[in-house]
Amino acid sequence: MPPAPDAVAQPAEQLRYARLLDWGTRIGLLVLLASFAAYVLGLAEAHVAPARLPQLWQHPVGRYLELTDSPSGWGWLALVHRGDIAGLVGIAILAGCSVLALLALVPLYLRRGERAFVVLCIAEVAVVLLAASGLLAGGH
Amino acid sequence: MRARALRQSARHAPCQSARHAHCQSARHAPWRSARHALALMALVLPALALAAGDAASGSEPPWWVWPLGLFVASFAMGIVAVPAGIGGGTLFVPIVGSFFPFHLDFVRGAGLLVALASALSAGPMLLRSGLGSLRLALPLALLASASSIVGAILGLAMPVALVQMLLGGLVLGIVVLMFVSKKSEYPQVDAPDRLAQALALHGVFVDGASGRTVQWQVHRTAAGLVLFLGIGVLAGMSGIGAGWANVPVLNLLLGAPLKLAAGTSGLVLSLVDSSAAWVYINKGAVLPMVAVPSVIGMMLGARIGARLLQVLPARVVRRLVIAVLLFAGARALLKGMGVWP
Repeated sequence: MPPAPDAVAQPAEQLRYARLLDWGTRIGLLVLLASFAAYVLGLAEAHVAPARLPQLWQHPVGRYLELTDSPSGWGWLALVHRGDIAGLVGIAILAGCSVLALLALVPLYLRRGERAFVVLCIAEVAVVLLAASGLLAGGH
Repeated sequence: MRARALRQSARHAPCQSARHAHCQSARHAPWRSARHALALMALVLPALALAAGDAASGSEPPWWVWPLGLFVASFAMGIVAVPAGIGGGTLFVPIVGSFFPFHLDFVRGAGLLVALASALSAGPMLLRSGLGSLRLALPLALLASASSIVGAILGLAMPVALVQMLLGGLVLGIVVLMFVSKKSEYPQVDAPDRLAQALALHGVFVDGASGRTVQWQVHRTAAGLVLFLGIGVLAGMSGIGAGWANVPVLNLLLGAPLKLAAGTSGLVLSLVDSSAAWVYINKGAVLPMVAVPSVIGMMLGARIGARLLQVLPARVVRRLVIAVLLFAGARALLKGMGVWP
């Protein structure tokens, strides 16, 4: 009888990473769905009403932000009670869940003396945090 | 008691006879799902056709037509993306960018999220089964995610016509790659290089299809790292993810077995697209009204696609996808050149 695909034990750090990624993705998708339902069903006040969007979404992002007085960077946190902006919480969880999963690997690698992988994990976290910080400018 | 056990064992036995009701049911399940998908599309597409008619006659269709259309289109793309062996983002950006009214900035933001959500959803299963290797993914993802930030910034700073042309050229290049690239299921790696040895880039997994236990190791690690720098720039700039490029580099250059290459590519994507997605979020280029129906539609479609993979000849789907990509790539290229506005 051939072995089952999960018959070979995978490294502990890989299984820990999988568990944390699984939870992060589930929570992110749940928040994304709930906030979107509240937005389109009108249960939460919107920053930009859905009916206005067809006149706005053909513009480049810079012009869209001007026309809707929407924030860039982390400014959306101040408006998180608005239905459409709340959707960004779920998106931020999805885009950020790998950071916690990577940090959770550091003690495991340290215990095994795998310094190269400690550096790789911390460097990857730094790259994602740098991208998330909004310090890197760009745009039209 | 014994009869009940026999019934249960028969229910779970592999399908070898079409006469068994449970076998027929299992065999027809993917088609049933596909029929449900088609029925849903049949309900929604007439509404979209009406909306398009309204738009052509000058009156705006109601706002909800577009997210609904986006959901249906993403659902259909999700169905074909899995059997065709490409990431959903590869189809999403050229098709939605060409046929929906959203600005390309928002389409690329949503495309990255589609690719990210798909990679995150598949990641845990790939890691547990060993079809994705975290050790192999981490060094490649570090370079690719750093360069994807540069790509995302460049993409948002460049004139939209230039991005459309680059996107069109890239999609047509992917079509060529799909035509000519050879795949090696179990490449021969005689000895790992020094970097691969130092990082212990090796492992083992069980191939579920053949039941074979596969020991793997890689070589040419430094060359692979350099290529992943370039892949990151393209992924961030275009918003189409980079599974199409990751897999050939992992498989043909580094010598990773094909299934491991596909699984590890998903892990690399989950990290690369996280970085690039943050740039789009910070620039305000992620509109939930565009992103959420796309993510949900693509994920639901991919579940059906994974079932269809068992019964549908992959060759047929591959040809269909090549045809769609050819059309969408040409459309993006001509739109960028102002020939087909």
